[in-house]
Amino acid sequence: MSRTIHISPITRIEGHASIAIQLDERGNVSDSKVHFMSLRGFEKFVEGKPAEELPRIVNRICGICPWHHHLASNKAVDRCFGVEPPPAGRKLRELMQTIAHAEDKLLHFFFLAAADFVIGPDSDYSVRNVIGVAKANPELARKVVQMRYMAKMILERFAGKTIHPVAGVAGGFSKPMTEKDRVEFLKQMRELLDFARFTIDFAKTSVFPAYLDAVQSLGVIRTGFIGTVDEKGRLNLFDGKIRLMKPDGSFTDFDPQDYTDYIGEQVMPYSYGKFPYARCWNEGFSLDLDSPRGIYRSNCLARINVADSMATPLAQAELEEFREKFGRPAQATLLYHWARLIEEVYACEHAVELLQDPEITDTNIRTKAEPGAGRGVGCLEAPRGTLIHDYSTDENGLITRANMIVGTTHNLGPINMSVNQSARLLIRDGIVDEGILNRIEMSVRAYDP
Amino acid sequence: MSVKIAEEWVNACSGCEISIVDMGERLLDVLNLVEFVHIPVLMDHKYFGQLGDGSRLNIPEADVGIITGGIRNAEHLEVAEEMRRKCKIIIALGTCATHGGIPALANSWRFDDVMERVYSTETTDKAGFRPADGVPQVLDACLALDEKIKVDVLLPGCPPHPDQVFSALVALLEGRVPELPDKSVCDCCPTLREGKGQLKRLRRFLENPFYKSPDEPLDRMRCLLEQGFLCMGPVTRAGCGGGKVVPRCIAARVPCRGCSGPVRNDGNQLLDMLNALASNGIDIESLPEYTSLLRFSGAHNLLRPSSK
Repeated sequence: MSRTIHISPITRIEGHASIAIQLDERGNVSDSKVHFMSLRGFEKFVEGKPAEELPRIVNRICGICPWHHHLASNKAVDRCFGVEPPPAGRKLRELMQTIAHAEDKLLHFFFLAAADFVIGPDSDYSVRNVIGVAKANPELARKVVQMRYMAKMILERFAGKTIHPVAGVAGGFSKPMTEKDRVEFLKQMRELLDFARFTIDFAKTSVFPAYLDAVQSLGVIRTGFIGTVDEKGRLNLFDGKIRLMKPDGSFTDFDPQDYTDYIGEQVMPYSYGKFPYARCWNEGFSLDLDSPRGIYRSNCLARINVADSMATPLAQAELEEFREKFGRPAQATLLYHWARLIEEVYACEHAVELLQDPEITDTNIRTKAEPGAGRGVGCLEAPRGTLIHDYSTDENGLITRANMIVGTTHNLGPINMSVNQSARLLIRDGIVDEGILNRIEMSVRAYDP
Repeated sequence: MSVKIAEEWVNACSGCEISIVDMGERLLDVLNLVEFVHIPVLMDHKYFGQLGDGSRLNIPEADVGIITGGIRNAEHLEVAEEMRRKCKIIIALGTCATHGGIPALANSWRFDDVMERVYSTETTDKAGFRPADGVPQVLDACLALDEKIKVDVLLPGCPPHPDQVFSALVALLEGRVPELPDKSVCDCCPTLREGKGQLKRLRRFLENPFYKSPDEPLDRMRCLLEQGFLCMGPVTRAGCGGGKVVPRCIAARVPCRGCSGPVRNDGNQLLDMLNALASNGIDIESLPEYTSLLRFSGAHNLLRPSSK
């Protein structure tokens, strides 16, 4: 008898989603869907608001990556008002964003994902979580909590608020960094860099090896990728050109201001979240596993794939090792976990670089802005992918139109494909158990949606 | 005997959950004293049984239920009602749960108009339909929890400071009801107030306030409202700075926007602020628009679609 299996809610992810898997009469998968439930309407309800207030409104899109929304929004507002932040104002923004990346990746790896690997995908749900991980390895757990807390407290001490920040302002940053703070933060970020190196070594020796078979099979699909690179083609989280790579590894670079020429969004009957696709490939849109059309992925694996190299030495060495093993572009979905830890090393190295820059304590941090009519696209790499905020303003500097493409939404189509792939791989003849359903969720968690 | 906790996020952004995690090492101590029986962000307990074959949404019984986010759709409502049935005490955590929060800004429009915009942006291919298959039906407005279920403890903040979350949990573990400060942000703000000035108009926050040097203490900087910037401190509940007390936005030298909701739970931040400005002789016409003053507390029917 045909039936539907509901995985509701998908857990240990950051948003609201559920899975419906349709089985045919023989108990094999005939179809699957991932429903994305959230519809709040930011694009509408920011209309009429003063543009300079938006960075303090749209950060509420996500409580895990509020710095990224906050700062992409600041960039868009700067362009609407035609104002350019002074170098120190720009660097303080970039430093905050980079530290936010560093703490975010620790959160995902240890708090959300690790249980599947450390406790095991088939273990009981009551222990297959961060609490179980902490009980099994209390010393490591304490260290993780301390390290992540240290990064968060840099953000709170310096910028007041760490969740739903306010310190990015039209034309720059709200306060300068004192030399005393710089020295203290530099010491702390060096300590975090040591921990990032420990984490990737720990993962490579004690976590990933047992799952190499799963990496080659679970959730594997073939798609293109999107990410941001600097003028030398190196991965950049804060600024640069957007690089859109095809599944065969060829790519196009474009200015974020032109994003509408390259990216389209499909409305799906089963999801409030829209599914972006590469409009510029002129091949349409399809989630077919054998011949997907227009589908590309975002987030860390995508950035690692599109980048020619990393801008910092330790991360570059990690990239070379990764590429040696998995090629470019690497398509295996569980490799997101590995790529995330390479980026963790990069984020810590880059934060140290920024804190060594004498200009970061310059007191000229904000250019006075004048409200006016304009249009601006603000773009950066949020942890979950290329983040685009696009606003228009009237002569009073009030928002007349807003469009936003959020990091994870690029992955909504690919997540559907990975779930479809893993469900077909694992469910045969109607046999389903908790371990199988959890493995299907693991193919979602890799994307950290 | 440990205290059982169930946690749910409904129309939420996960910021409140991250604030719980941001307790740091205190989190590890809390985990030794409580038992989470349901918390989707950290634990794989499922609504319809672990094999997804149940027919009714089920959350385990708990001593304390924590809910973040307001109620925007039919599933949020179902989850909130199940939490109410299964938990002895319900805490509304965060301003979305207590007053609607930022998502309740959508209450200024009919939801059909919101959908119309979302599904017709310049990047969206025309579809000719709206999503309806397997997604919960959206309600007419974004509601605070207490508009639909009985709530025992309100803990606003966007998000509440980890110190506040920790204090509330400790109080509950000791069998007390957590208490909120009934002061305003201004009552806890260290900046210098020099009394009624000659201020007639407010400026938009397009330049930084005046202070002498980067390390000048906050208690030497003049009140941001007196410097001519809109600051919602007078009409916003204190506590956002946690144990350190200093309001968090002020610590960044940025004016308050009211994220902890009104000082009295049933206050109206827009009317209270306009009154405060007018009674100090400040021309309220100098504000670029007004609905932003209710950006954190637009539930309870305070923001409504205009009748046009």
